[in-house]
Amino acid sequence: MRRILKAVLTAIWFMALTLPVMGIKLNTLDQTVQWRFDRILWLGAGVFALAVIWDWCFSRKARGLPLLRLPKGWGAGLRNLSGRPHLKTGGLAILTLFMLVMPLTSSFYQTNIMISALLYVMLALGLNIVVGLAGQLVLGYVAFYAVGAYAYGLLYQFLGWGFWACLPVGGILAVLFGLALGFPVLRLRGDYLAIVTLGFGEIVRLALQNWTSLTGGPRGISDIPRPGFFGLEMDINASTTYVYYLVLAAVVITIIMISRLKNSRVGLALQALREDEIACEAMGIDITRVKLSAFALGSCWAGFAGVIFAAKTTYINPSSFTFMESAMILSMVVLGGMGSIAGVVIAAMILILAPEYLRAFSEYRMLIFGAIMVIMMIFRPQGLISGERRRYRISALHGAHNGGRA
Amino acid sequence: MKKGMTWLAAMAFCVTLTAPALAAESLKIGVQGAHSGDLASYGVPSLNAAKLVVDEANAKGGVLGQKVEVIAQDDQCKPEMATNAATKLISDKVAVVIGPICSGPTKAALPLFQEANLISVSPTATTPGLTEDGKNPLFFRTVANDNAQARLTSDFMLNKLKAKKIAYLHDNGDYGKGFADNNRVLMEKGGAETVLFEAVTPDAVDFSAVVRKLRRAKPDIVVFGGYQPVASKLIQQMRRDRLTTPFIGPDGVKDETFLKMTGKDSEGVYASYPKDTSTLPEYKKAREAHVKAYGSEPGFGYYNAYAAAQCLLAAIEKTGGTDTAKLKEALRANPVETPLGKLSFNEKGDAAGMALSIYQVKNGKFVELDHSITLQ
Amino acid sequence: MDIQFFIELFFGGLTRGSIYALIALGYTLVYGIIELINFAHGEIYMLGAFTALLVAGVLGVYGFPVGGILIVAALAAVIWCAAYGYTLEKVAYKPLRGAPRLSPLISAIGMSIFLQNYVLLAQTSDFVPFPRLLPEMEFLEYVNYVMGPSDFLILLVSTLAMVSLSLFIRYTRMGKAMRATAQNRKMALLLGINADRIISLTFIIGSGLAALGGVLIASHMGQVNFGIGFLAGLKAFTAAVLGGIGSIPGAMVGGLVLGLAESFTTGYFSGNYEDILAFGILILILIFRPDGILGKAKVQKV
Repeated sequence: MRRILKAVLTAIWFMALTLPVMGIKLNTLDQTVQWRFDRILWLGAGVFALAVIWDWCFSRKARGLPLLRLPKGWGAGLRNLSGRPHLKTGGLAILTLFMLVMPLTSSFYQTNIMISALLYVMLALGLNIVVGLAGQLVLGYVAFYAVGAYAYGLLYQFLGWGFWACLPVGGILAVLFGLALGFPVLRLRGDYLAIVTLGFGEIVRLALQNWTSLTGGPRGISDIPRPGFFGLEMDINASTTYVYYLVLAAVVITIIMISRLKNSRVGLALQALREDEIACEAMGIDITRVKLSAFALGSCWAGFAGVIFAAKTTYINPSSFTFMESAMILSMVVLGGMGSIAGVVIAAMILILAPEYLRAFSEYRMLIFGAIMVIMMIFRPQGLISGERRRYRISALHGAHNGGRA
Repeated sequence: MKKGMTWLAAMAFCVTLTAPALAAESLKIGVQGAHSGDLASYGVPSLNAAKLVVDEANAKGGVLGQKVEVIAQDDQCKPEMATNAATKLISDKVAVVIGPICSGPTKAALPLFQEANLISVSPTATTPGLTEDGKNPLFFRTVANDNAQARLTSDFMLNKLKAKKIAYLHDNGDYGKGFADNNRVLMEKGGAETVLFEAVTPDAVDFSAVVRKLRRAKPDIVVFGGYQPVASKLIQQMRRDRLTTPFIGPDGVKDETFLKMTGKDSEGVYASYPKDTSTLPEYKKAREAHVKAYGSEPGFGYYNAYAAAQCLLAAIEKTGGTDTAKLKEALRANPVETPLGKLSFNEKGDAAGMALSIYQVKNGKFVELDHSITLQ
Repeated sequence: MDIQFFIELFFGGLTRGSIYALIALGYTLVYGIIELINFAHGEIYMLGAFTALLVAGVLGVYGFPVGGILIVAALAAVIWCAAYGYTLEKVAYKPLRGAPRLSPLISAIGMSIFLQNYVLLAQTSDFVPFPRLLPEMEFLEYVNYVMGPSDFLILLVSTLAMVSLSLFIRYTRMGKAMRATAQNRKMALLLGINADRIISLTFIIGSGLAALGGVLIASHMGQVNFGIGFLAGLKAFTAAVLGGIGSIPGAMVGGLVLGLAESFTTGYFSGNYEDILAFGILILILIFRPDGILGKAKVQKV
C-alpha cells in the first residue's frame, strides 16, 4: 500500500514537472496555445507503473536478490544446458553458418544493415578495451574512427591509394593519435580523463571541418571507392556482399584478438588497472605502459572500422563524427557489460538493428540510448552479461586437481 | 559459463530480424530524407508532398492502371544512414526515388542509385557538384543549385547595389559555406574586394564579437551563407549594435520564421528564392491539398518535392513503364506544369524553366524585386 | 578606433562570460559537494530557456501585461528547473552514491541525451522564436556600441545572482552546511548535517542559476532549440575547470576569462577558432593545471 501511495505521489510530481514541456504546445506563428493534457495523463500513468517497478527493483536490489528469478529448476537446467560443450559448439556452428549464408539468402538491404551493425560491433569492442577492460572512460572515441575514415579518404584523393593499402595505414594513424592523446592524459583521474577525451574528439572534428584545403571542410570527401578484390569489377550487390564478408572477418578477428588479449599479461594488467590504479602500481605494474597500450589497442580498432566505414558509405564528412556517435558506442559497451565480449556484441546488434527493423521506434532511438545508460548504471552496472574473469586457484592449497576455470 | 546460451540468444535474435518482407503489386515511389531526428523539419514536408501527389494520382485510378505507393525511408540527413536507406529502397524495388533531402546523404546515396540504375529527383539538395560533375547521369533536382543562386546574388550585388567591399559570414556547413565560397569567387571576378570571410559558431551564446568585427571591416554588404536560425541571430545582433549594413542570404534565409524571429530588425534584408509562383493554379492546388490534409501551411521544400513527384509520375505515364533510359529522356524532353512553373530538366539534371528572384523584406514581408534569372 | 574596438570586444566577452559563469556555478557547486561532473547541467539550461518560452507564450496569448511576462516566465523557469535538477539527482545520481566513480558520470551522460531528446520529441526540432520582452533602455543609448538592453540585463542579473549566492554560502546556516559537506562529508554527517538534503539543495540552486542563464540567453539571442545546451554546457564546464572546479569565485573568474578569450580570438583572429580555443583551453588546463586558476591542489587519497 505504501508502495502504491509513493508511486501515485511520484506520478503527480512528474506530471507537474513535465507540465510546461509536455503539456503546452505553442504555435508561435499564429499565437495560439494548445493544451496537451492527454499527454500529461498518459505520462502520469506511465510514471506510476514505472515507479512501482522501480521501487520493486530497488527493494530486490537492496536485499541482494537478482532482478529476475527464473522458475524453480530452470536456473539449474540452464546452467546445465550451457555447461555442455557440444551444445555450445553446436550453437556457435549454427550462428557461424547463419552469418556466412546471410548475404546470400537475404536481400541486399539486410546485408547492408548487417554491415552497419557489424561495424558498430567492431567499434564497441574496441572501446570495450579502453572502457571495459582498462576502466578509462573515453568520450572522444569517434575521433579515432574519423582518423581512420579520413586516412582512407585523403590517401585515395591525393595519392590514389586503394583500400588495402589504406587499411593498415588507417589503423596505424589511429594508434598514433591514440598515443598522442594517451601521453598527456596519463596522470588524469577518471572523470577528468573523460572530459579531456571529449574535448579531443571535438577538436578533431572541428579541425576536419575548418581545414578546408586538406579535408574539404564541411563538403566532405565523396566518391571513395569500395574495396577491390584483385582488380575484379563488381556490381553493387557483389561488392556489398564482399564488404559484408570483410567486416565479418574483421569482427571475428577482433573477437579472437580481444578474447586472447583478455587473459594475456597485458589484458590482466588492464583489468587490474580498472579495479584499482594505485594498488596496481603498487604491485609493480608499469601503469604508463599499460595505459598507453590500452589507448593504442582501442584506437587501432576504431581506425580499421573507420577505413571500412569510408569504403562502405563512399562519402564522409565531419558531421558523421559527432559526440553523439561516441555516446552511442559507449552506451553499447554499457548495455553489453564492460569487459564482456559476447555482451557487447549482442548490445551493439540490438541497438543498431532494432531501430532499423522497428521503424516506429526509430524516432525514440536516442531517447532510449540515454535511458539505457542511466538504467543500466543503476540496476545492472555489470551490463547484460558481466565480463567474467578467469579465476585462478592455487592447486597446492585446494588439493591436486581442478586448477583451471571456476 | 553462460556463453553458449548467449550465442544462441544472439542467433535467435538475428533470425527473427532478418525475416523477409512481403512484396505487393504496385508502382513504388521511394522517398528518402530526414523524417525524424533534429532535421526532420527539412524532410517531412517533402514526404507529405509525395504522399499528396500520389493520393491524387490514385484517386484518378493510379498510373498506367497501377496503384502508386510511397515507400518512405528515413536517413535523418546522415550519410551513414543514407546508404542504408538507399539500399532499402533498392531492395524494395522502387521504380524511382524522390530525395534525398540533404546534400551529404545525396552524395552517399547516389553511387548506389547509379549502380542500381535508378532515377532519383531531389527536391532540396543544392550542392552544385551533384549535377555539374557529370558523375550522376540519373540524378535530377527540382531546385536551383547553389551556383545558380550565387550567380543571381553576385550579379545583383555588383550591378544593382554596386557593392565594392564585401564581408562573407557562413555557418561552416556544406550549404552555407558553399554559398559564401561561390559568391566570393564571382564577386572577386567582378572586381569586388573581400574584407572579411569567416565562420560563425551556430550554437554560440553571443555573436557580438563577430558583429563588431564586421563593423570595423566596413563592408558595403554582408553575404551570409546558412539557414535562418543563425541568420536571424546575426541580424538581431547587428541591429542591436546599430549596424545597418545590408544583408543578403540564400533561400535558406527566406522563411516565415525568420521574419517572426527578427521582427523589424530584418527590414531591408535580401534573399534569393525561386520566383513567386503562388498565382499558378498548380501552386494553389498543392497548397490547398496540404492545408486540407495537415491543417497547416506547407514547410521547407514542399513545392519542390511536389514538382518532383509530378514530373516523375508524368514521365512514367508518358513512357508507359519504368524503363530508366526512357524515363530519363522523358524527364528532359517533356515540360510538366508544376507549382514552380513549367519544369523540365537540362542535360546535367538541373531543373530548367524555373526562375530565381531576389526578394527583400519590406514592412515585415518578403517582396519580390525585379531582378531574376531563369534556369536553362 | 582601435581602443574602441577593444572595448567593444571586451564588453562582448563580458556578456558571454557572465553566462558561462552563471552556468559554471552549477557545475562547480555539484562537483564541490559530490565530486560529480553533472553532464546534464547544460540540458537544464536548455530546459530553462524552453520553459520560459512556453510560459511566456501562454501568458502572451492570455493577455498578461507585457511588462510582467519576462519576470513571471523567468521565475517559472527557475522554479521548474530547480525541480528538474532535484528530480535528476534523485533519479539518476542518488542511487549511484558509493558506486565506482565512472558510474554516475555515465548516468549523467545518459541523462543529458535523454533530456535533449525529451524536449525534441515533446516539442520540436525547429528553432523557436523567443518573444521580445525586454524594454528599450534609453539610458544605454550613449554606450550602445558596446551594450544593448539584453547585455545590460545579463550583466546585472548574473552579478546579482553571483553576489547573493556568495553571501548565501558565506553567511546562512544552509550555506555553511554546504561548505562543511564540501570539505568533509563524513565529518559533516557526524555533526548532524543531513547530507542528502544538502546535495538536493545544491542541485536546486545550481539548476535555478542555469535556468536563469537560459532565460537570459534566450532573450538575448531571440530563439531556442533543443540542442543549445550541449555546447553551452561544455563551455561552462570549461569555465568551471579553468577557474578551479569546486571553487565558486573560480567559476566566476573562469567564465569571464573564457568569455573574454573567445571574444578576443574572434575579434583579432577568426571566428573559426572560437570553439577550438575553448576545447584547447579545457584540455591544457586539465592536463597541466587540473586545479585551475583559483582551485587548490588536492592530494589523491588511497
